[in-house]
Amino acid sequence: MIDVDVVIIGGGIVGASAALFLSKAGRRVALLERDFCGSHSSGVNYGGVRRQGRPLSQLPLSQRAHEIWSQLPQLIGIDGEYQRSGHLKLARSAEDLQALQDYAASSQGFGLDLQLLDRDELRARFPWVGAVAVGASLCPDDGHANPRLVSPAFAQAARRHGAQIHEQCAVSAVAHDGQRFGVHTETGLAFHAPWLLNCAGAWSSQFAAQFGEAVPMSAGHPAMLVTEPLPLVMNASTGVEGGGIYARQVERGNCVLGGGQGFALDDARARPGQNAVIEILRQAVELYPFLAGAQAIRTWSGTEGYLPDRQPVIGHSSTQPGLLHAFGFAGAGFQIGPAVGQALTEIICSGASTTPLDAFSITRFHSISVA
Amino acid sequence: MKPVAIIGAGPAGIRAAQTLVAHGVYPVLLDEAARGGGQIYRRQPANFKRSPAKLYGFEAHKASALHQTLDELREQLDYRPDTLVWNAEAGLLDTLHEGRADRLEYASMIVATGATDRILPVPGWTLPGVYSLGAAQIALKFQGCAIGERVVFAGSGPLLYLVAYQYAKAGADVVAVLDSSPFSAQARALPGLLAQPVTLAKGLYYRAWLTVHGVSVHQGASLSRIDGERRVQSLKWRNAKGEQALDCDAVAFAHGLRSETQLADLLGCEFAWSALNRAWLPLRDHAGRSSVPGVYLAGDGAGIMGADAAEMAGERAALALLEDIGYLIDPQRCTELEQSLKRIGHFRQGLERAFAFPEDWAADAADNLMICRCEEVSVGDIRQVVGEGHWEINRVKAHCRVGMGRCQGRMCGAAAAEIIARESGRPVASVGRLRAQAPIKPVPFGLEVEP
Repeated sequence: MIDVDVVIIGGGIVGASAALFLSKAGRRVALLERDFCGSHSSGVNYGGVRRQGRPLSQLPLSQRAHEIWSQLPQLIGIDGEYQRSGHLKLARSAEDLQALQDYAASSQGFGLDLQLLDRDELRARFPWVGAVAVGASLCPDDGHANPRLVSPAFAQAARRHGAQIHEQCAVSAVAHDGQRFGVHTETGLAFHAPWLLNCAGAWSSQFAAQFGEAVPMSAGHPAMLVTEPLPLVMNASTGVEGGGIYARQVERGNCVLGGGQGFALDDARARPGQNAVIEILRQAVELYPFLAGAQAIRTWSGTEGYLPDRQPVIGHSSTQPGLLHAFGFAGAGFQIGPAVGQALTEIICSGASTTPLDAFSITRFHSISVA
Repeated sequence: MKPVAIIGAGPAGIRAAQTLVAHGVYPVLLDEAARGGGQIYRRQPANFKRSPAKLYGFEAHKASALHQTLDELREQLDYRPDTLVWNAEAGLLDTLHEGRADRLEYASMIVATGATDRILPVPGWTLPGVYSLGAAQIALKFQGCAIGERVVFAGSGPLLYLVAYQYAKAGADVVAVLDSSPFSAQARALPGLLAQPVTLAKGLYYRAWLTVHGVSVHQGASLSRIDGERRVQSLKWRNAKGEQALDCDAVAFAHGLRSETQLADLLGCEFAWSALNRAWLPLRDHAGRSSVPGVYLAGDGAGIMGADAAEMAGERAALALLEDIGYLIDPQRCTELEQSLKRIGHFRQGLERAFAFPEDWAADAADNLMICRCEEVSVGDIRQVVGEGHWEINRVKAHCRVGMGRCQGRMCGAAAAEIIARESGRPVASVGRLRAQAPIKPVPFGLEVEP
């Protein structure tokens, strides 16, 4: 039996950043990752580091994450290709542009500093955007980063601060004996801890269910692809109001695009669907005409956890003291993840998060299941 | 009714097609090339008029027979040349033909995707004028041109002597052949090689011919580096006696072949490590059945056995497919094919001994040697990631981009695995398998889609 203060299940960006902040606060941490840290959703997502477009309830946490991202190299030791390129959300119709205006109005005061661009302003500032866009909303300090590098680096940084990071170490049994948790792994390790963090991403619901609070979680598999390196054209990460193809260009010149859904190969692996890939190849040129004739060299997908309201569960279990949940980020956990790790650390170290988490309580699903 | 699809019109694919047609099946034959024949019997463009003997040497009759078979089958199958299969999912193949995307629904499939050269980089390998052995051969066979005027051939494998011979025959100045395997290994391999005396005799003939014609053939000779300002100007090689230099304007090199397994991977076939091929290969039974029902594997794409074996394996896989969908087949023929394939298998083991893999390549590779030319990843970059604790090849790829570029690891994957294995102190069999991701080859934005 290994005694620690906190056992964390899941080495994605949420679990790994919690491991990092807890270790820095002097807590003894064991992080258990079934595969490799940052090898699932946290590592294979689009790489958007974006506040714009989030539900207002997420903006305080997202804003907090924004501060953490500004300290990234000091925190994890690499820049992770993070750049504050700006995030440009495109509107393809007057209604969509109105929706962007409404969002800009309602998010006033959260520090997003959104700039609304009409057709001419959009053309003047971002001439590479296709004529299909009639306007846009720009969040100048949003940006993008390389998730393949950033997410594993949180785990590495946690390790440097003394956290035990166990990879290829699936949890086989979890129980609470009235005083503390006992966690056993398939590799034969056993841990005791007063705190347990359920940060297992798309696979979190099984642990919640074990403590009698099942949630209606489903898995999503975004279709992603990347081009060969192209001349640098895109000076902002982009998305489309109402959904559609999102795209960014990395410093090396490759354009990363996402849109549509893939499918699960098995419990742990996913692929982008044929239809989604074809649709990106066909439609992306409307939004980003410079892509015409460029070659897509690779496609991929991942497994993301979705709850029906597309909001995460963050905070205390309602059935088991000492158990904290943080999952269900609905494909939008990369930017906010480090702030969630920090909020969980505050709960453990000082009793409560300084950022409100009420909107994300797991109890919101209890009433639904009762009704 | 959904058709039977054959992917690849090389020796395996054409014989598979012929067998299906002979039993009354109308298959779809998809091939990336403009004309059938595969790589080894690559057919020159229609308006080129060189004789088969000139193009294929000893193998002329086999090449002609295969080409003729495809010509005769044209009306009895749905032959689609210039067609790239770039993805497979749920009983559908994604294809690309002249910029148009289409889908093919299939009932069952024979995967005959062939092989490419196995590349173990040396300093200077990305200079203009450096080719793989296979590419050098294609330049000669398909384009009718040599890769240079003073050419050095290096590496190992049967292709080494064959291509050098073909170049010399065609009038190129073959400066030297540098065979990395020592003579002692080839002597030890003799018992296995005697399983195919005719093939062995041909190999010996090529070598003898080169020697008689004044080409210096060195064994136990490894390429150290290739030098040149804008293109190849010279190279250095070494053997037990030390390092030597040669002036040349082109180099062709490779260490044997590697199977093109991405399609089998996307189809969900189970893989296993093959020590003989030093590669992960899709599992197949004696007849060519993969682990996925309805998917059959034949030819070098499922394990390197050469063109003769590919023809037999194509036929055998087609017979298995026919049997599985209820056709009566000739069991005698199946037995014959399997026995012949077994004999070639023994020969293949002899070949692997004769052209032994250069085990010390990874240890000798300098940090600044480029491994992944698409993403410009060096040996040192890979070593650094391994030094950070990563050893699984897909994780190493995620961290340093090796295998992430245009070729998707087809060129650099084998070498990267060797470096990771050496650096992490693991056998190369246990650093994992680079997972295939669609597209198998790049596909363009703005493609048109068949309605």
